[in-house]
Amino acid sequence: MASLVGSRVERKEDKRFLTGKGRYTADINLANQTYAIFVRSPHARASIKKLNIDKALKSSGVVSILTGKEIADDKIGGLIAGWAIRSEDGTEMKCPGNPPLAKDNVNFVGDPVAVVIAESLVEAKEAAEKVEVDYKVLKAVTSTADAMNGDTIHEGIDKNLCFDWLLGDRQKVKDAFDKADKVISIDIINNRLIPNAMEPRACVADYNAASEEITLYTTSQNPHLSRLIMSAFGNVAPEHKLRVVAPDVGGGFGSKINVYNEDIVCSWAAKKINRAIKWVAERSESFLTDIHGRDHVTHAELAVTKDGKFLGFKNETIANLGAYARVFGTVTPTYLFGPCATGVYEIPAAYTNVKAVYTNTAPVDAYRGAGRPEATYTIERLVEKASMELGIDKTELRIKNFPTAFPFKQTLVHTVDSGDYVAGMEKAKQMADYKGFEARRKESEAKGKLRGIGVTSYFEACGIAPSAAVMSLGCGVGLWESAEVRFNPTGQVTVYTGSHSHGQSHQTTFAQIAADELGVPIENIDIVHGDTDKGTFGMGTYGSRSLAVGGIAIVNACKKIVEKGKRVTAKMLEANPEDVEFKDGEFIVSKSNKKKTIGEVAFACYLPGVRDEMKSPLPEGDEPGLKETSFYDPSNFSFPAGTHIAEVEIDPETGHVKLEKYTACDDFGRIINPMVVEGQVHGGLAQGIGQALYENAEYDETGQLMTGSYMDYTMPRADNFPEFNIGYTCTHATTNPLGVKGCGEAGAIAAPPTVMNAVIDALGGQEVTMPATAEKVWKACKNLKKSNAKAA
Amino acid sequence: MGRISLEVNGRKVEKEAPDNTLLSTFLREHLQLTGTHIGCDTSQCGACVVHVDGNSLKSCTALAADVNGSKVTTIEGLETNGKMHPMQEAFKKLHGLQCGFCTPGMVMSAIDLLQKNKKPSDVEIRDWLEGNICRCTGYQNIVAAVKEAATKM
Amino acid sequence: MKDFNYHSAKDSKEASKLASSSSAFLAGGMTTIPSMKLGLATYKDLIDIKNIKKLSGIKVSGKSVTIGAATKHVEVSNSKDVKKAIPSLSSLAEGIGDPQVRNRGTIGGSIANNDPSADYPSACIALNAIIHTNERKIEANKFFKGMFETALKKGELIEAIEFQIPEKSSYQKHPNPASRYAIVGVYVAKHKGDVNVAVTGAKSCVYNDKEMSKALSGNFSSSSIDGMDLDSSEMNSDMHASADFRASLVVTQAKKAVDAC
Ligand SMILES: Cc1cc2nc3c(=O)[nH]c(=O)nc-3n(C[C@H](O)[C@H](O)[C@H](O)COP(=O)(O)OP(=O)(O)OC[C@H]3O[C@@H](n4cnc5c(N)ncnc54)[C@H](O)[C@@H]3O)c2cc1C
Ligand code: FES
Ligand code: FES
Repeated sequence: MASLVGSRVERKEDKRFLTGKGRYTADINLANQTYAIFVRSPHARASIKKLNIDKALKSSGVVSILTGKEIADDKIGGLIAGWAIRSEDGTEMKCPGNPPLAKDNVNFVGDPVAVVIAESLVEAKEAAEKVEVDYKVLKAVTSTADAMNGDTIHEGIDKNLCFDWLLGDRQKVKDAFDKADKVISIDIINNRLIPNAMEPRACVADYNAASEEITLYTTSQNPHLSRLIMSAFGNVAPEHKLRVVAPDVGGGFGSKINVYNEDIVCSWAAKKINRAIKWVAERSESFLTDIHGRDHVTHAELAVTKDGKFLGFKNETIANLGAYARVFGTVTPTYLFGPCATGVYEIPAAYTNVKAVYTNTAPVDAYRGAGRPEATYTIERLVEKASMELGIDKTELRIKNFPTAFPFKQTLVHTVDSGDYVAGMEKAKQMADYKGFEARRKESEAKGKLRGIGVTSYFEACGIAPSAAVMSLGCGVGLWESAEVRFNPTGQVTVYTGSHSHGQSHQTTFAQIAADELGVPIENIDIVHGDTDKGTFGMGTYGSRSLAVGGIAIVNACKKIVEKGKRVTAKMLEANPEDVEFKDGEFIVSKSNKKKTIGEVAFACYLPGVRDEMKSPLPEGDEPGLKETSFYDPSNFSFPAGTHIAEVEIDPETGHVKLEKYTACDDFGRIINPMVVEGQVHGGLAQGIGQALYENAEYDETGQLMTGSYMDYTMPRADNFPEFNIGYTCTHATTNPLGVKGCGEAGAIAAPPTVMNAVIDALGGQEVTMPATAEKVWKACKNLKKSNAKAA
Repeated sequence: MGRISLEVNGRKVEKEAPDNTLLSTFLREHLQLTGTHIGCDTSQCGACVVHVDGNSLKSCTALAADVNGSKVTTIEGLETNGKMHPMQEAFKKLHGLQCGFCTPGMVMSAIDLLQKNKKPSDVEIRDWLEGNICRCTGYQNIVAAVKEAATKM
Repeated sequence: MKDFNYHSAKDSKEASKLASSSSAFLAGGMTTIPSMKLGLATYKDLIDIKNIKKLSGIKVSGKSVTIGAATKHVEVSNSKDVKKAIPSLSSLAEGIGDPQVRNRGTIGGSIANNDPSADYPSACIALNAIIHTNERKIEANKFFKGMFETALKKGELIEAIEFQIPEKSSYQKHPNPASRYAIVGVYVAKHKGDVNVAVTGAKSCVYNDKEMSKALSGNFSSSSIDGMDLDSSEMNSDMHASADFRASLVVTQAKKAVDAC
């Protein structure tokens, strides 16, 4: 049987999506359901003086109106940060309470204060307009850079500072800088982004009074984790009385990791009114209340020798957490950011200091890449600047500082098990025709255009896992993953995974893995995920961990199945278990022609006996049935890496930046399904290029979101991109049996610096912040013209 | 309230609906055809695109009353005898979808393009898809799928 | 969306009879429906004018192109007659929104709405259009009064727009990257006697740039406006473009338009 791993298997999930048979949360309607509308704060910062629902209660169709008071009375817990960070001085981070419905204070535009539940959506909306809230408006804090000087947002949290965290050794860095020939320094803004999964968030909560069970259908990337949080911290229901289902989910990119206010409120309220409740966000609500991403202000320095050896690195960053610290809010700018700050280079001394601040803006949390795009942007902008200031070719300078051997022990945290960065660079240069750039630049120049080329070499730490490691660093849960492989008596297989797919193709790639391991046709394998009632506990999908952690759990469970199969076959065929081999779905007794198919073995396990004989196929100690579970906790992160090269052409008169060419050469280790991997790379690139050229979430000084719709927030469209040129190098991960590394975030990590390096190259080294909009670039072009005129 | 009568995916339907009923609401809530999606409130994402009398439009920006008497085709109506439309096949073959949320609108829009331009270039495809936002695919495989479908339609 | 009564009018008379202070005409609905959905506008009555035969269609004479108010953008962009008589007008229509918007949106709706960054108003100014309503004829430069404001009276219905065929013309748009409306759009039309340089997006309302018109009427070459420093004091300034950037874009787009003529 040909191996499926490594081939372009068409997706099992596609037919339902392509024929309109997908089942997303908003498609679910339950008998006798009601509709919820949330009353939200129009102010960024205010105290609630009075909240009057009398008029609204009289509005037609109203079933119930609940506020922060009832939530507090019922002791429903608030939203939490999942990772405890300690400051440099040893003090613990400071987190404010974040009740699902605000009772006393609101802290960002969109913070919910009440929920109106009515018989119809129209009635709920009408009634919501009649809820009267008397706010005392307070001065908002919105700027990341100035947040520490603003009014105190949360009582007792001085300077709005959640933590002041250090990774690395300041003294060592100082010594390194003292020895430097040159210090390259840079000031960077990593712009705030809004994830914008195309499916707006939604939930449908139901309550069964007889079984006292709450069922919540929700747009979540990790239903198991949601249930744990809602139960353990939200106090909504004990875990065994709470079922969380994430059906088809229309994209997440990190924005659907969190448990949100609406999940908790609707679940709690469904029980209170003993009816089902449906809530679907409008896009404008998603803009205001989904978690946002990035939003760093950074000063960084690189100490170099005159021939281009890196000696030391420092990074001082202010990270905006928004109004509250959410699930991955505190780990994103620390452990997902700091350890990757030195990039793919040997830099003997380094530190990263992060001050995380609260502002009156939407909470900031993990968005595709989470922390690693910010880290990569910083180091790669610095290296590009160093290459300009030192006059060393940008690719040569990088190669000069690449590690020469693996495992590569980095200065800060990671030990990278495998990779070949030079090979990746060389291949990328070839793919991009790096040599031919100068000729192309001249062609552009002849047309009155400016052309630039940008390079990025990146690595990322993904497959977020080793539980002991992450928990030692403050993580609130272990980040293993589970799988259960269950044979039916007649030979088909159901695989339950704790991981979740919202576009990542688990139903196909996981089935490919199981098909290879078990020798069962892929048609006979179903992957089930997204329901806490189906399968064991799991941690969900983020940090490119599904395959590198979840996939391995499946492999391990399959291996247990095979082990049992060998024992059973041995008993059935009266052979030694050690003599039984498994290949392509058959158990073969070596040096004989005796064999059993895995289907026959499964059948025997479930029907362990024969007529007229007292004989079991099961060896002593083995139970009937064929089902195995694995909880996989890897020994290390995995480390994809690569080099990307972009070319842009700028019209100096309009400032328009055209992305002419984009080349990505990545090392993802072993590739399970090349078609799916390409798709992941394309999608990541689109988001990364979006950050560099188009996307920006902007608040005004009063805390109103200026970019609250697709009229003002630029979503990249098809005509914004050239055809991406994609290739791979491959070194297998040594830390997991599949050799896989993870591919979901690479594009979003590498593209922003690659594109910006190209833009800034075209602009003769002038800094432009992301996104490189027409006006910013136009201004830089004017300056360039002036300085060129002066020089002439 | 008014009587809406339409031919949807070849089936005659007649229902009472308030005058402010959007075509998308009529399809999703009154006919349970939930393949047509809602991704925005400013008529920009295209998740809701359907065909009315053969032309693509955004069903979130048309009143049901306003298209009364028309023939409507949604993503649910593209298969013939259980066989997917060449555009659907091409999306599957070339991985033109990931989470699937933008897909119904994307497919309906792309079919309209090929009705009007049998052999569109890459640039023409990308331009045509201006009204369809996809956050997952980076569009490259969508463009490839449309080109593939053009050879089959 | 708040409830309203939907009416479909058979003819102009019925349409204007149904109109009141709390009604709107419904043409393509591409502006009306999104604004109602977002709660920015509410009406008691929506009067559908799409089924009024007289309002659709394109007529070309020796001197002018007359387009019915309910004619869709796609019809204008695809019309062979328009392409021949005023190619820039058909390419303007092709650049409005996306195919689904063009399949519904109408020229009359666009002009009646007079969005400061809409495309068609610039064509009306540049091509010395006459707006035919059910009551009168209005010259384009008296029609556009200010931001979202026109000379139309309550219940007055645009029936057609008559464009003068120029010797040469071109429309150049610098789109807002998010909405794709014009940050600045410049429509240059060279008529027998003079040149119009109609600008949309730059100010609160479309206008004819006198300074550039004059320069180009003297010498129809982009060099005659190159480097022109326009007064930006009345120009729009928002997060997508400052007034200074807009002022510069107006000249740049005008130059491009002249070069494309
Ligand atoms: C996603 C999107 C993108 C767009 N992009 C652009 C763009 O790039 N450039 C651009 O210019 N526009 C753009 N538009 C607007 C589009 O062109 C609209 O079609 C147009 O502005 C309104 O035309 P309508 O026929 O849809 O009018 P409707 O929405 O039906 O009506 C608009 C207004 O005009 C009035 N009205 C309509 N017809 C008449 C008439 N005959 N007489 C008197 N009053 C009338 C109505 O009462 C209403 O007040 C876009 C719209 C959308 C949704
Ligand atoms: S739902 Fe976004 S355009 Fe219709
Ligand atoms: S496939 Fe997810 S939005 Fe397009």
